[in-house]
Amino acid sequence: MADVDRIPIIKMGEFLLVSIQVDMHDRLAITLQDDLTASIVKNHARGVLIDISSLEIVDSFIGRMLANIAAMSRVLDAETVVVGMRPAVAITLVELGMSLSGVRTALTVERAMDMLRESLGSAARQGSVDAARPE
Amino acid sequence: MVRNAGSRVAQVLEKHERDLLTAWVDNQLKTSATRRDLIPEADLREQSREFLRRLRDAAAGGSLDDIEATSWQPVRDLLRELSTERARHGFTPSETATFVFSLKEPLFSRLRQEIGMDAATLAEETWAASLLLDRLGLFTTEIHQQGREDVINRQNEEMLELSTPVVELWEGILALPLIGTLDSARTQVVMENLLQRIVETGASIAIIDITGVPTVDTLVAQHLLKTVAAARLMGADCLISGIRPQIAQTIVHLGVDLQSVTTKATLADAFAVALQRTGQSVGRVRPPA
Repeated sequence: MADVDRIPIIKMGEFLLVSIQVDMHDRLAITLQDDLTASIVKNHARGVLIDISSLEIVDSFIGRMLANIAAMSRVLDAETVVVGMRPAVAITLVELGMSLSGVRTALTVERAMDMLRESLGSAARQGSVDAARPE
Repeated sequence: MVRNAGSRVAQVLEKHERDLLTAWVDNQLKTSATRRDLIPEADLREQSREFLRRLRDAAAGGSLDDIEATSWQPVRDLLRELSTERARHGFTPSETATFVFSLKEPLFSRLRQEIGMDAATLAEETWAASLLLDRLGLFTTEIHQQGREDVINRQNEEMLELSTPVVELWEGILALPLIGTLDSARTQVVMENLLQRIVETGASIAIIDITGVPTVDTLVAQHLLKTVAAARLMGADCLISGIRPQIAQTIVHLGVDLQSVTTKATLADAFAVALQRTGQSVGRVRPPA
């Protein structure tokens, strides 16, 4: 069976927007990881926004997937922001003991964009300082 | 001769209903437990008459042993109504139960009259009647307690609601003044309220003020950290304020790790930090006089 359902990855400037609107299962998650990492490299993306505002049910699998995606993106020098988590989802994840400590979060996509732009701006400044200093 | 214990009781109730009522009401009016300041005599008479009528019907219809049976439904209904009403008027449970128990004396004396010298039957019938009235009396007490428990439960819920308000301090800044002990049930309510308000207001900073929390132990700290983590997942930063010196000491002695959260001594300090982080400021319009 060809994998019909694929989660679309939308390019917005130097950021990528992923909106998860269906139930995640193993294969979908792996496909997403493949697509996303490829897309980050291809587009030289500096930030990834994962919108989970339509996700009503989460389990430890999704929690781990989010953490994995964030870790992978970080390796490829893109920051991940998880956007629009619902209260019930947040409570569930905390109760599961997954506070996603390495992942940034924001309430809306707009705010996540601001957040990324800000940190990219300061990173750029820091980058110039770092470059002057041999490591 | 095979006979149901208590069948004479039913007979007596049937035959002497009027007598019993008069004697019983007199009896009730005499005892101090009737609380004539709380219930008018006419009402008392009416309640007694109704109770006796239903008691007679129920006793005639079935056995005296099982007041949970359907034939006793009218009696139970009446007692339930009466007990709740009296509880509302400020009767104590024993005063309510006395309503039923005071029927014993007139009933027993009628039984004695009716049965006469047959001691064995008299004892048996008296025992049956006594058991029945005891059960009914206890039933009123149970209802009374149930009523109280309902009130207590409702108040508990109300307190839970009242004690966890989430207030909007400034644009994008929420405050959550916690008052009272923080247990798992309350943490759940607090968390839900806070997260809901974060969604509604789009706040990016929440200040949890624990000035009103009497003690912070490892469990309370864990609950606080959980709330902070949940708010963070929604994209809101949390500050904890209102940490009294005593509590600061306790936290350190217990080895609770609050490193991951910004903590401030007062709500005002936390508010200043929140304003700074959201890029806002509040200043004086005029210099102080």
